[in-house]
Amino acid sequence: MALKIVKGSIDRMFDKNLQDLVRGIRNHKEDEAKYISTCIDEIKQELKQDNIAVKANAVCKLTYLQMLGYDVSWAAFNIVEVMSSSKFTYKRIGYLAASQCFHENTDVIMLTTNQIRKDLSSPNQYDTGVALTGLSCFVTPDLARDLANDIMTLMSHTKPYIRKKAVLIMYKVFLKYPESLRPAFPRLKEKLEDPDPGVQSAAVNVICELARRNPKNYLSLAPLFFKLMTSSTNNWVLIKIIKLFGALTPLEPRLGKKLIEPLTNLIHSTSAMSLLYECVNTVIAGQYSCSVGHIKSHLLCVQKLRILIEDSDQNLKYLGLLAMSKILKTHPKSVQSHKDLILQCLDDKDESIRLRALDLLYGMVSKKNLMEIVKKLMIHVDKAEGTTYRDELLTKIIDICSQSNYQYITNFEWYISILVELTRLEGTRHGHLIASQMLDVAIRVKAIRVFAVAQMATLLDNAHLLTGNMQRNGICEVLYAAAWICGEFSEHLENPVQTLEAMLRPKVATLPGHIQAVYVQNAAKLFATILKNQEGNTDSTAAQETSQMMIDRLPLFVQSANLEVQERASCILQLVKYIQKLQQKDVEVAEEVSALFAGELNPVAPKAQKKVPVPEGLDLDAWINEPPSESESEDEQPKAIFTKEEPKHSRPRHTEVDEKELARRREARKQEQANNPFYIKASPSSQKVYQEAPGVEHIPVVQIDLSVPLKVPGLPMSDQYVKLEEERRQKERAEKKKKEKKKRKEKRSGRGKKHDSGPESEEDITPAHVVDIVTEEMPEVGMHLSDDVAQEDQNHLPVRVKICICMFCLCRPLADSEKLPVRSHRAAGAPKSSAEDGEAENATPQEPKKKSSKEKRDKKKDKERDRKVRLRCWKHFPPSGHKSDSRSTQSEGRTVVTFLVFPLPRKVCDIQGNLQDGSQVVVSVIFENKSDSFLKSMEFNVLDSLNSKLQRPEGSGPHDGLTVPFQLPPGVSNEARFVFTVQSIVMPQKLKGTLTFIVKNEDSSTHEKLDFKLHFTCTSYLITTPCYSDAFAKLLESGDLKSSSVRLEGVNMPFHHLLARICFHHHFSVVERIDSCASMYSRSIQGHHVCLLVKTSGQTVSIDAKCDEPTLLGNVLDEIKQTFSQC
Amino acid sequence: MIKAILIFNNHGKPRLSKFYEHYNEDTEQQIIRETFHLVSKRDENVCNFLEGGMLIGGSDYKLIYRHYATLYFVFCVDSSESELGILDLIQVFVETLDKCFENVCELDLIFHVDKVHNILAEMVMGGMVLETNMNEIITQVDAQNKMEKSEFFPFFSFSLSLYRRLSFSLPGRTGRHRQKNVSYCHV
Repeated sequence: MALKIVKGSIDRMFDKNLQDLVRGIRNHKEDEAKYISTCIDEIKQELKQDNIAVKANAVCKLTYLQMLGYDVSWAAFNIVEVMSSSKFTYKRIGYLAASQCFHENTDVIMLTTNQIRKDLSSPNQYDTGVALTGLSCFVTPDLARDLANDIMTLMSHTKPYIRKKAVLIMYKVFLKYPESLRPAFPRLKEKLEDPDPGVQSAAVNVICELARRNPKNYLSLAPLFFKLMTSSTNNWVLIKIIKLFGALTPLEPRLGKKLIEPLTNLIHSTSAMSLLYECVNTVIAGQYSCSVGHIKSHLLCVQKLRILIEDSDQNLKYLGLLAMSKILKTHPKSVQSHKDLILQCLDDKDESIRLRALDLLYGMVSKKNLMEIVKKLMIHVDKAEGTTYRDELLTKIIDICSQSNYQYITNFEWYISILVELTRLEGTRHGHLIASQMLDVAIRVKAIRVFAVAQMATLLDNAHLLTGNMQRNGICEVLYAAAWICGEFSEHLENPVQTLEAMLRPKVATLPGHIQAVYVQNAAKLFATILKNQEGNTDSTAAQETSQMMIDRLPLFVQSANLEVQERASCILQLVKYIQKLQQKDVEVAEEVSALFAGELNPVAPKAQKKVPVPEGLDLDAWINEPPSESESEDEQPKAIFTKEEPKHSRPRHTEVDEKELARRREARKQEQANNPFYIKASPSSQKVYQEAPGVEHIPVVQIDLSVPLKVPGLPMSDQYVKLEEERRQKERAEKKKKEKKKRKEKRSGRGKKHDSGPESEEDITPAHVVDIVTEEMPEVGMHLSDDVAQEDQNHLPVRVKICICMFCLCRPLADSEKLPVRSHRAAGAPKSSAEDGEAENATPQEPKKKSSKEKRDKKKDKERDRKVRLRCWKHFPPSGHKSDSRSTQSEGRTVVTFLVFPLPRKVCDIQGNLQDGSQVVVSVIFENKSDSFLKSMEFNVLDSLNSKLQRPEGSGPHDGLTVPFQLPPGVSNEARFVFTVQSIVMPQKLKGTLTFIVKNEDSSTHEKLDFKLHFTCTSYLITTPCYSDAFAKLLESGDLKSSSVRLEGVNMPFHHLLARICFHHHFSVVERIDSCASMYSRSIQGHHVCLLVKTSGQTVSIDAKCDEPTLLGNVLDEIKQTFSQC
Repeated sequence: MIKAILIFNNHGKPRLSKFYEHYNEDTEQQIIRETFHLVSKRDENVCNFLEGGMLIGGSDYKLIYRHYATLYFVFCVDSSESELGILDLIQVFVETLDKCFENVCELDLIFHVDKVHNILAEMVMGGMVLETNMNEIITQVDAQNKMEKSEFFPFFSFSLSLYRRLSFSLPGRTGRHRQKNVSYCHV
């Protein structure tokens, strides 16, 4: 027996063991595969032997071969044999092999259940340990179910070595056999307080993994973990617990608060960077809600992160940036202040770090630095070698530029040239992205079309450069955009014939089908434009040549294998042939051909269609005709496919419509568009696409073309724009100062207006082009008026908040003649002139209305200040030069509240929508944040009086504030409207109110309160109403009116100024003026007539007034008196 | 969770691969190749974190690696692991190898991959960190080795030690160099 064993061992000595195998492989570098296959044959022989030692040796070698990529699943049964050996050495080899190559579908696994159970209960802890380790790799649902109980018993094993392994493996068991979680959980929880730190750590580990999958279930353990966190000194455990809290805090806000202190302590005390980093991460995770306590810790976090990013250790830098990007989501402002640092990281040699910095860039751009940042990125694009990083850069550039409707782009020529430059990237996957940007910009920014078309024509001309390697090259997608833009906006092409020629080159046929289709379709558009251009010429040969070229080239596309291309080409080919026939008969065809493509494409908000109300009585689901028969629906089909694929190109085709009909339809369409509030109109007044900003015309395209050496000839470099943009801005700044005065005058017309695009930033930089959906004017009213009106008692505020309150009295329907379009209202220069030269009285009845409806009156709570404001207002009328100083004299740190009262044309009221009766007043408040901090959670509240009440949403109490529905970044203003119900209008009244808000800057956030008073004067209830002298006379004769009079002494101003002032401040209109005597009229929102007879002699002015409501009259007269006593 | 632990040399030759999730052999080789490709082109003094292995993981996963002389130690982990913690774990792993092999070098790993597996099994189990204390790991590894030896009679254990002595004379053994810099301890 002994001899046999010795013999077996000696046999073994001559077998190849693992080391021999490895050495052999190393010695057969040339024919490794062959050598290994002979080895595998040997192994197969060895596995056939009875000797377990030989088998174990063979299995050990197989494990090595498995690592080299050889499939060893055929030996699974032998592995099970080795696993079941009684010797630990072999058992370990067996379990290792099993853990490397067994998986759920290995069928021999089910043979192992009993063996594993036996090993688990082995008296030798290492047998158990090895079995647990192996099982952790190949546990199946069946094994988990069968062994769960045994493993659970092991969790209370006497040896901590077994306990910790058993605890860890429970996670795998839970995954495979979820039913075991409930019975095992109490014991698992127990293990959190195991005396052995290893077991404790394992339990924490398992619960953390479980909580990652479903955090909610583990909230109840938070107190226990909290205790562990404050007591444990094991950093591994601490990290896990802190990570767990990071997952739990979003579910339980109170936890976040409670954690702040211990985490802050840890951040201060720990020397382990990993722990510090995780603490910071968890604090960030808990910061979705922002309270004062959080702000402190938040500041600490940002500080610590900055230290990490500044560290020379690249790992810390990377992690710092990673955590910053988490902060960016919740607190963009605090990240922005570290812009310098992040920009630096863009230059890092480490790609991981650059990618992280790129992520952060998104929240970092502003109008000021966009060009600079993109320029930097473009340099990286050129340098980048790996396509992955380059593609990442490309998408980031486009992301950054296009974010929030191109908010930060001030010069679209620059952007187009960036896009064109990007087309030079070979092998990028993002051709379609560039293409869609080109299309988007060209369609939405009208002013850029001329430039874009020129660029696209160049691209088409140089298409061969882009399509060097057609098949793999995603960049040829841009040709799709180029062709479409050139076709659609062909009227802007400088040399359409050349472009047409470029689009019909034979090489085009190698492009992907959908691009060819666009080429063909747009060639037809171009053709129409060329015909139109050439029609005027006496010589018709040029036009005929073009037709001939179309006829020559199109057959190539008619033969295309792509159905779309074929269909379009053959259709257009026939059309051109027909046109040629007509041309030969000298028939003028251009008009009709271009009618094929008539109509301008305008951008419409994606949801606009939804907003169009369905007209009454229209049932969209009902059939408008008999349901079509089978055959008809077949006819329909190709059309549907066409529109589906090319939604942008589908348009009504009126081929057979005669001129008149066309014109009629066009007119009708225009009419329809004009009436449709959701249609963005093409008229220059409303669209302001090409803002003739100074400097724009200084970007000469031709000049750039010549001056820049380029790979693709004729394409401008985007870099040029950076310089040009600088110049433009400088000019603009200079211009702006000049304009300042002018603007002040104009500002009156800039009444708060509905914005399609939310608040516009007040940054100094104005865009050279405007994206269509961004409307133009800003609510500027009051910002100027209120400039140096300060509230001393708000001096303590660290923030300057300016609130301008405009009051709209919306009660009375206005006559038809008064329904003026809001825009023309604002644009009119009437108020200026009327105030300047006192033409008010000479104006037609309509005119003073216009003026006065724009500007009524401003009121200040403090009389002293009130006077000032009025003075200011007055002074704004003539073009006096003190506008800029009034701005600069505005003292720092003060809060300014100004009230303006505006009756509005009814149209605007309609937009308001909530006002039907005469007792409602809408107060429009412009909030302007003049501080450097971010303002949020603004609440507007007014203490109701018996007479006036703020309308609050249903269900809220009489003292609840109204949340202002926006936040204010620094320098931004926005308008909110509040509706008040007023019962009696005969008395003036003041309402006290408060505005509460949170001021947030990097290091803190504080609650602030701003008190204000809303002054509802009687004048503010008056609405300028025109009245003809005969009606006026009748009114006076009726005898219903009570009279009263007032005498003003020491008024030292021309009579027409005086009248203009009454008109302006008190909403009257002049009925008649004879020498130094004038009659005036106004009406209250509740229909009271107020008539004035104003006479002047020397410095004395006497006003006789009549009104059907004596109290109101008395108050109005008092207010008039006050106005003049202050001059 | 740790998804995979890979050790390969400067030429991408695998020295140890441990996947805690099942892949077939071809995929495993592809992952190793791809990981090597990603890791090898990085400079020495860049950060040790890497995103974007296509085959393994996804957005939640990171490659955390360290480069010691001729060997790359790569851990593929998800976001539940602390990045710096894993870096330290790699350090612990290497130091443990160093103790167990008495000045470890690539050749030790080449010829004793089974031993490396056994050491690793005491640190990481089924993708979860089991033990981070080096002394504890070494104690357990030694105890098991002792047990292994006791199962054989002296002749066999002699043959093992004879083998070990032989391996010292292998060419290339003299060129052992290892990054001794262990000051990098975050935990």
